[in-house]
Amino acid sequence: MRRIVALALLLFPVAGLPAGNGDYVNLPGGSFRSALKYEDRKGDTRIAPFALMRKPVTNAEFLAFVQRHPQWRRDRVAKVFAEPRYLAHWTGPGALGADALPQQPVVQVSWFAAQAYCEAQGARLPTWDEWEYAAAADETRRDARRDPAWRERILRWYSRPSTQALPRAGLQGPNAYGVQDLHGLVWEWTDDFSALLVAADNRNQGDADNAKFCGAGALSMDDRDNYAVLMRVAMLSSLDAEDTTLNLGFRCARSTR
Amino acid sequence: MKRLLCVLVAFALCAGALAAPKPTPPTSVPSESVYRLSVKLTDQHGKRFDWSQRRGKPQLVSMFYTSCRYICPLIVDSGKAVEKQLTPEEQERLGILLISMDPARDTPAALRSVATKRKLDPARWTLASPAQADVRKIAGVLGIRYRALADGEFNHTSALVLLDGEGRILARTEQMGAKVDPEFMAQVRRAVEQPESREPTRVRFTSSTNAGSGSLLPK
Repeated sequence: MRRIVALALLLFPVAGLPAGNGDYVNLPGGSFRSALKYEDRKGDTRIAPFALMRKPVTNAEFLAFVQRHPQWRRDRVAKVFAEPRYLAHWTGPGALGADALPQQPVVQVSWFAAQAYCEAQGARLPTWDEWEYAAAADETRRDARRDPAWRERILRWYSRPSTQALPRAGLQGPNAYGVQDLHGLVWEWTDDFSALLVAADNRNQGDADNAKFCGAGALSMDDRDNYAVLMRVAMLSSLDAEDTTLNLGFRCARSTR
Repeated sequence: MKRLLCVLVAFALCAGALAAPKPTPPTSVPSESVYRLSVKLTDQHGKRFDWSQRRGKPQLVSMFYTSCRYICPLIVDSGKAVEKQLTPEEQERLGILLISMDPARDTPAALRSVATKRKLDPARWTLASPAQADVRKIAGVLGIRYRALADGEFNHTSALVLLDGEGRILARTEQMGAKVDPEFMAQVRRAVEQPESREPTRVRFTSSTNAGSGSLLPK
């Protein structure tokens, strides 16, 4: 019987999770105070229980995905879904090479591509709220954000030049939820990255691009000392869905009941 | 055991057939086309269609929502202002498509009510809602950002996007209101010059289409 089940999983790969991709951690959710201040949202945010990938998606995992879904190979992807730099660091459309080691997190992926990867898993990208909630934890505390030493440690990573080769995914210790690498490895897409409208809205017309972050960004932060979050928000709010960058990757999430 | 295996294999084959991509349109959609994103819209008459059916005619596209009090009336004004500067023949060669970012509330009746109130000619104006899951993807290909607010309003950027007959973005403007951005207007004029879709100056790319339906992956 067990063999039949195994066989069935082989026959219906969509029903089972592709090897190495099924590593999710359950997060309980609950009441969370975001560092972002929204005019319309007073007080805490409710985070529903969800599951989040323990580690960011790696090159090896993303290679397996483009092999199964060749329309996401860099030589076949629709230009509307990914800019020319998409997976440009891979040695070929179906090969990683020296600049993209299998265990390094995949970077230079567009939001559309990250979405498609998660959809193929029966998952989705985490929302910003979910990401911020998970990333508020350190190794022992679910909310370490008040600790200046922890903040300092995160900020040190941001000051590191992005030209250095990326470490492998999963080298850092898990946080209190069991999630790794939320800080200190790569930036990550969120499902609702394009909801991070830092510049209020465009009822006040004018140079919106200029006002979108920087000064306006600081004004919308409830916690102005939380530079790590501020930088993430500024970066995500500046991106279009087809954009890719050298240190922007992703991980998937699932709603749990 | 063997029979069970047969059933499993048959089922797998069947599932494989079901998962096969839908037949692609006769000519493939260009790589730069927003219609590579396969989405179904429901318009103000309750008609459901894939937005790639708008192919063949340049389109003026924007996103809005019907309960919007501030900027969305301006988006309609902007579309009307563009229209007003065109001759009746030119008007006929331009489709106007307003896509809702609030499909939960923007039923055909709600869309129809705006179309009637604003006297939008149904021959040219289509107001339509996508599936909730497709809203952010559509916003993604159009370069529009939005966030749902607690009170049911949306915080959003506003843009008029001009598509050629194949769904490639020719121009966009964030200048809203009765005064049309002259550069944008010039692009609209050029787009409707010929009844057939203009060949853009960019390189034509002809790979097979993304066959997904409401999804970034083939079903």
